[in-house]
Amino acid sequence: MKRFSIKIAAVALSLGVVACDETPKEKESKVAPTSSVASGGTLDDVKKRGVLQCGINTGLAGFAYTDDAGKWAGFDVAYCRALAAAVLGDPDKVKYVNLTGKNRFPALASGEIDVLSRNTTWTFSRDVKLGFTFIGVSYYDGQGFIGRKKLGVKSAKELDGASICIQTGTTTELNLADFFRVNKIKYEPVPIETNEEARKAYLAERCDVYTTDASGLAATKSTFSDADKHMVFPEIISKEPLGPLVRQGDDAWADIARWTLNALINAEEYGVTSANIDQMLKGTKNPEINRMLGTEGSLGEMLGLPKDWAVKALKAGGNYGEIFDRYLGEKTPLGLSRGLNALWKNGGILYAPPMR
Amino acid sequence: MMAAVDNYKKSRPPPAASAGVIGWCRQNLFSSFSNTILTLVSFYLLALAIPAFLDWAFFSSQISGNTRFDCKVEGACWAWVDQRFGQFLFGFYPEGERWRVILAFVLLFPALIPWVTQDLPGQRYLRWFSVAYPAIATILLAGGLGLREVPTDKFGGFMLNLIVGLSGIVLSLPVGILLALGRQSKLPLIRWLSIGFIEAIRGVPLITLLFVSNILLPIFLPPDMTLDSIIRVIIMVTAFASAYMAEVIRGGLQAIPSGQIEAAHAMGLNYWKSMRLIVLPQALRISIPGIVNTFIGLFKDTTLVIVIGLFDILGIANAMVSNPDWLGLSTETYVFVAVFFFAVCFSMSRYSMWLERRLGKQRH
Repeated sequence: MKRFSIKIAAVALSLGVVACDETPKEKESKVAPTSSVASGGTLDDVKKRGVLQCGINTGLAGFAYTDDAGKWAGFDVAYCRALAAAVLGDPDKVKYVNLTGKNRFPALASGEIDVLSRNTTWTFSRDVKLGFTFIGVSYYDGQGFIGRKKLGVKSAKELDGASICIQTGTTTELNLADFFRVNKIKYEPVPIETNEEARKAYLAERCDVYTTDASGLAATKSTFSDADKHMVFPEIISKEPLGPLVRQGDDAWADIARWTLNALINAEEYGVTSANIDQMLKGTKNPEINRMLGTEGSLGEMLGLPKDWAVKALKAGGNYGEIFDRYLGEKTPLGLSRGLNALWKNGGILYAPPMR
Repeated sequence: MMAAVDNYKKSRPPPAASAGVIGWCRQNLFSSFSNTILTLVSFYLLALAIPAFLDWAFFSSQISGNTRFDCKVEGACWAWVDQRFGQFLFGFYPEGERWRVILAFVLLFPALIPWVTQDLPGQRYLRWFSVAYPAIATILLAGGLGLREVPTDKFGGFMLNLIVGLSGIVLSLPVGILLALGRQSKLPLIRWLSIGFIEAIRGVPLITLLFVSNILLPIFLPPDMTLDSIIRVIIMVTAFASAYMAEVIRGGLQAIPSGQIEAAHAMGLNYWKSMRLIVLPQALRISIPGIVNTFIGLFKDTTLVIVIGLFDILGIANAMVSNPDWLGLSTETYVFVAVFFFAVCFSMSRYSMWLERRLGKQRH
């Protein structure tokens, strides 16, 4: 009974957060402190059910969308598939639950989903007060600007007096105000409801510059017929670390989710790809690879998973780099460069703890 | 004198300026100075909008291609509608089983006939078919009796709008009638319950009800009992529409003079008989425009199911247009989806006008 009422409290809390504000990112701190508690044994639940319930976006370029065959694909979806493969041995054993910005947290708190992989920014209040556990960062995003080259501006700091299209009720609005205050320059905001309207307004020259998360800018820019006449300014004015999250309180499950992500990142660092993994399984000279692939040591056992959990996860869609290239990278229409999301060895900040 | 009467001159035709096309135009478009200005301005606006729209939608559009990069034209890029037509209609429904949806849709028409006309041969059998149709459609869509089972989370696209919309329409009318009668009942408990239900449901937005059905209901239900999400949606949409329906019908009930009920009682009819035979037929006829209004509203509200992760035609269109291959085609999407909704809502409105005329004739 106690579990039951805690669950209700958790859902009520996250509902309250959603109901009373449009910008969950900001105002979460107003809600009275309490926490949602995982019932424990999420791993057992998933195994018993035989399906991983994964919360994803209802549609976001590069991160979650349907392909020609009507199957879900994208960067966030690839993580769900890897986790399902690690836990259940089959990347297709996923039930996707599509969530809006408003109902993603109640869905996780109520246990409707086992993991939320929906381009969610890791913030203090979400982690602490809403009672979730972020298991890592899968994509470092940040707010940027796109403008016409004919403005003759090379940097966002030169945007004095510019009109800026911006989505209302988001963190981007506040970040923008901060940025211009710090730099002591003036701007004229053109408030707009959705990303799509903002794109149209910018194209109709109702504003000089459009600002949103850098990944969104890339998606927007890729729809322009005259993309070479526009440029994304170098400044990134906010931190938006996006990553998967689980309910707080089931540390065993959080570990599985965390180390599946880490395995994908480490695999790129060690050079393990979906192409050469079978070769590597025969044994390598690098003990770290052997431990990860389960040919040495007992990492899988420690997680309560089979020895080859990471092999299955990697075979689902390849390592982090392969997933990035397939859905977001320079060969896709989005054409995002790795930037911050490159490995630490390559000038990025992607750094997963060692597998030992 | 009489002969002169017989020799009426044939009346002359009206002057050319007040008959035919010219006369019609003068009377309707240019009857006064201000009307002339209004007409000219309207024509000017139409001349601006219509050719541009036609050009965009047809003359400069393209309907073939595999990605948006294949669309090299200025106008609409219908290629993706062409590519994903199946998903627009059926959502994630497995491709090999889609004939079942089509069959269920085709069978809908004979099931509707008893509601549209009464002078066909074999009417009685059709009525039975009409009653059995919901069960037939459920088996066809969800599986059973040898048909492969299709989980309802695969339902989507316009098919989902039709399922939720039609179920809501069929269920909300009887529930609404009962609520309207309940609200006027002399038994306090029934009256309070009806008023409470109507006010509580009418007092919250549908989106909240859907949200509650999805997030809160599972917590209160026993853990083993899961209610299918489409069933949950149908229940909530029905509850919502029937609260409005009850108020529309109450309006009709109040328009019936109390003499009618008294007369029914004087004839020795009990409550149900007097309602069924005397009051409701009159009240419902008065309420037809309001009832159809509620139906149309309900049908359009089915696009809200996206908030609980079901993909109706609009939701699936948004998910598809997030595909990097098809980014930025939202205008085409909305125009295309609008056509579907217009077709259904316009037919409903025509049906209601036809029904009003027919019932109007019966009265005299």
